[in-house]
Amino acid sequence: MIRTTIGAIVSLALVPGGALAQTAAPTADLHAGHTMPMATVPAAADPHAGHNMAPPATGDTIGNAPAPAPPTDHAADAVWGAAAVAPSRAALRREHGGFTGSMILFNLAEYQARAGTDGYRWEGEGWFGGDINRFVVKTEGEGDVRGPLEKAEVQALYSRAIGPWWNLQAGVRYDIRPDPQRAYATLGIEGLAPYWFKAAGALFLSTKGELRGRIEGFYDQRITQRLILQPRAEIEASAQSIPEIGVGVGLTDIELGLRLRYEIAREFAPYIGVEWAGKVGETARFARDAGDRTSGTSFVAGIRFWF
Amino acid sequence: MPQAALEGRFKTVRISMRALLCFAEFPGTDMILPTSRRGFLRAASLVTGAMAVPGWARSGTGGLASGSDVLSGEDIKLSVGHAMHSVGGRAGHAIAINGTVPGPLIRLKEGQNVRLSVTNTLAEDTSIHWHGLLLPFQYDGVPGISFPGIKPGETFVYDFPIRQSGTYWYHSHSGLQEAMGHFGSIVIDPAGADPVASDREHVLVLSDWSVMHPHKIYTRLKQNGGNFNFQKQTLAGLLAGKGQSAADRRMWAAMRMDPTDISDATGAIYTYLVNGHGPVENWTGLFVPGEKVRLRIINASAMTNFNVRIPGLAMTVVAADGNNVQPVETDEFQIGVAETYDIIVQPQDDRAYGFIAEGIDRSGLVRATLAPRMGMVGETPPLRKRPLLTMKDMGMGDMDMSGGAIAGMDHSKMPGMDHGAMPGMSHDMGSMKMLDPSVAPQVKMGPGVAMLSSMPMDRTGERPTGLENEPHRVLTYSQLRSLEPNPDKRDPSREIDIHLTANMERYMWSFDGVKFSEGAEPLAFRHNERVRVNLINDTMMPHPIHLHGHFFEVVMGEKGNRPVKHTVNVLPGGKVSFDLTADALGDWAFHCHMMLHMHAGMFRVVTVRHDEDVA
Repeated sequence: MIRTTIGAIVSLALVPGGALAQTAAPTADLHAGHTMPMATVPAAADPHAGHNMAPPATGDTIGNAPAPAPPTDHAADAVWGAAAVAPSRAALRREHGGFTGSMILFNLAEYQARAGTDGYRWEGEGWFGGDINRFVVKTEGEGDVRGPLEKAEVQALYSRAIGPWWNLQAGVRYDIRPDPQRAYATLGIEGLAPYWFKAAGALFLSTKGELRGRIEGFYDQRITQRLILQPRAEIEASAQSIPEIGVGVGLTDIELGLRLRYEIAREFAPYIGVEWAGKVGETARFARDAGDRTSGTSFVAGIRFWF
Repeated sequence: MPQAALEGRFKTVRISMRALLCFAEFPGTDMILPTSRRGFLRAASLVTGAMAVPGWARSGTGGLASGSDVLSGEDIKLSVGHAMHSVGGRAGHAIAINGTVPGPLIRLKEGQNVRLSVTNTLAEDTSIHWHGLLLPFQYDGVPGISFPGIKPGETFVYDFPIRQSGTYWYHSHSGLQEAMGHFGSIVIDPAGADPVASDREHVLVLSDWSVMHPHKIYTRLKQNGGNFNFQKQTLAGLLAGKGQSAADRRMWAAMRMDPTDISDATGAIYTYLVNGHGPVENWTGLFVPGEKVRLRIINASAMTNFNVRIPGLAMTVVAADGNNVQPVETDEFQIGVAETYDIIVQPQDDRAYGFIAEGIDRSGLVRATLAPRMGMVGETPPLRKRPLLTMKDMGMGDMDMSGGAIAGMDHSKMPGMDHGAMPGMSHDMGSMKMLDPSVAPQVKMGPGVAMLSSMPMDRTGERPTGLENEPHRVLTYSQLRSLEPNPDKRDPSREIDIHLTANMERYMWSFDGVKFSEGAEPLAFRHNERVRVNLINDTMMPHPIHLHGHFFEVVMGEKGNRPVKHTVNVLPGGKVSFDLTADALGDWAFHCHMMLHMHAGMFRVVTVRHDEDVA
C-alpha cells in the first residue's frame, strides 16, 4: 500500500508546527450555556406570543425621527466624474428589473384522426416584451389533410399585465379562412384563474359590425413530474347570424379535449388525446345545409413545444 | 524561461499526477480506471477540471497552513477572463479569476493596506465587489453605484485599508458573471490573537454550476415560473398518499400558490460544487485525527441556499459572516446565498467524513470529503424528502399549530408534529387574505405582487425551511450571539419597513412592489444614524438580503451581543429586523443575493450622507 504510505507522509508533512499539541482556546468551552438562548418568554401583549418561537427583542425603544430626504446626487460622481459613471448607472437600472424577452408556444400542433377525412390543427402564440407590456401574436387554424385550409386566424395584440394573474389584450384579428376573409378589432383578457386554470376570453368586432366571442380554458394535471393531462374547453358565440361564413347566432361552437403529454423536456412534449368538436344551434343548421358534419370525435397526436 | 513560468509548468505536472492518482483511487464508485476511449476522455477532462482550481482549493489539500497559491501581501493582481471549467466530465464556459473557479484565495491581515489590481480580459465590462469588507464606497465594486466598472482591457486598482478580520469573499457585480464562476474567497487574520483556535484550516466555497447560461435560466423562469421544479405535487403522489391531502391541495390551488416552490433554479440544472469540485471530483480536505479543524464555509452560489452537515461530526459554529460568535454546537445549519460560517470540527477517528451541502429544495447535493489521507470517500446520504411549505410560509401566522406551543420550544421535541401537513386547518377561504393591501400600505400593488404576508412572524428562532423535523440539532439564527459586545449601544432613532415582494408565476421580484429599474428612490440614511430596518418577506421563498459596506446586528434576544452580519436570510412569510449604524458615507447596494431575484429588480441603492450634504 505504497499509496497509503505516501498519503500518510503527506498528511504529516502538511501539519503545521506544533499542530498536534492540544491548544487551550475559547473553543474548548463549547457548551457553556449557548445552546438554549431562548429561555425568555414573549411579552404577553403580543397576541401571537404563544406561537412565536423567536426570542423577543428586549430592552429596545425605537424613536420616531423623520427619515432624511433621498439625495438626488450620486456619491460616485464626486470621485470618478459624472460622465464616467453615467453609462454604468444607466446599465445598473436596466439590469435590475428591466427585462425584455420573448416566448413562442404552440400548445396544439397536431394530427386529427377521425371518421371521414383526417385533419390537422394548430394553436400557438408568441409574446415579445417586458414584464408588463408585451406584443402578442396568436394564431390558430385547422383543415382536412386532403382538403383546403378551413380556418386560419392571426391576432396581433398589445398585452398589458393588469394584476398578478391577468393580462388585458387588445388588437386586431384577421381570418384568412374561411372565405370571405374578415378583420376584427379584439379586446380580451387572459391569465391564470384560481385552481391553476389557464383561461382566456375575447370579443371580436368585425369591420362589418359583427360581434363574436370566445372563451377557452385548460388545466395541466400533473400525473407525474413529466406526464401531464390537459383537459381543455373552448366555446364560441356570435351576436348575429353570418351565413356567408356559416356562423349562426348564439352559441356556435363547442370543443372539449383531453390531451396527455410527456415532457421530454419542459419545452418539448409529444402528446396524444381525444377531442370532441361540435357546432350548435343555427351554426349546426348551416353546416347540415351545406352537407358538412356538425360534430365529431377525433383522436389526436401532436407536439406541444415552446422556446 | 522566467522562474515563475518554470514553477507554473512544474505545478501543472504535479496537479495532473495528483488528479490521476485521485482517479485511480476510488474503489466502489463509477470512477474506475479508464478502459475505453470515452473513459479516457472523461479522465482527461477530470484532469483538466482539477487544473482549473487554485492550489488551496485543490482536492487533497492539507489546508491553508500548507498554503501555496494563496495571494497575500499589499499588492495583489487579479485577472478576469474566460475559461473552461469541467464538472463531472463535462466542460462548460466559465468566467474565471486568474484562470480558476473559484478564484484565488486572498489572505490578508487586519491593519494592512491592500492594492488589488484587477485586469479585465473579457470583451465586456467586469467588476469585483469585496463582499463583507468595510471600505471606502468608491472601492466597493458595484458599477453604477461605486464606480464606472472595469472596461475590457482595463486594469482597475482597488486601494483600501483592511479594518476587520474573518472569512469573506469576492465576486463580480456586473451582469450575471458571478453565476459563471466569477468569485473567490477572502480570509483576513486578526491583528491580535485569534480567539478561535484551530490546528488546521480549510476554506470551502460552495457554488452552483450549470452549463446553461444564466441568462437562459432567467429567460426560462420568466417564460415558465416553475420550469426547473421537478418536485411538484402530482396525482400519482396524491394516490400514493404523499404530500398534501386533496383538500389542502385544493386550498393552495385556489390561491394559485405552490407549496413545493422552494427554489426556482434547482438541481435540475445545477451541479453543486465545493471549491469547484462536484460530487464526482470529490473535493477532499485532509486532517489528522484529534485535530481541531476550522472550516471556513462560504456560500458563493448564484441561487442555492444549502443545508450543511457532516454526518458523524458535531459542528461548532464560531463565526458568521466573518464575525466571531459565541461558540454553539450543532449538527446542521442552513447557509443562505452569500453568507459565511466558520465552524470547528474535531474528528477523532481515522476515517473519512462526508461534508454534505444539500440544496434546501432537496433537488441535489454535493459531497466533499474530510479524510486523514487521500483516496477516501465520505459517505453520501440519500437526498431527503422535499419539504412542503405551510400557511406560515405564506405569512398567515402559525395556523398549523393547535396551540400549546411556548417560546423557546424545540421543534424536534414535539412528537407527532408534522409541519408539512396542516392538521385542523379550516378551509374557509374567506378568512385567508393573501393579498390584502391594508397590511402593507407602502407596497405598490400590481402585477409584481402576488402575495402579502398578513401576519409575518419573527422566525429567527425557528429552524429554517425544511429542517423543522430533523431528528438532530439544527442551528437557528437566535442561537447566534456575538462574541464581542456590539459596539453601538444606542437605540434606533427610527425604523423603516422593507417588503420583499414577488410574483413567482411572472418571475417578478422587487422591494415594496417596485423593481429597481422602475426608478426606485434610494433608501436614505444620515451619517452615523442608528436605524432599525424591518425586512418583511411577502414571498414563499427565503431571501438572503445583503447590505454593502456595513455590518448590522440582527435583532434577536437581549441587546448587547446580537450577531453581526452582512447578509440575513429572511424566511418565507417571516420578518427579520436589523439595527444599522450608517457609519459608511457614500452610496451602497442593497439587494437580495439570489442573483436572479436581484437581476429581476430586488435591488436598491442605500445612501449615507451628512444631513447638510443632501442635495
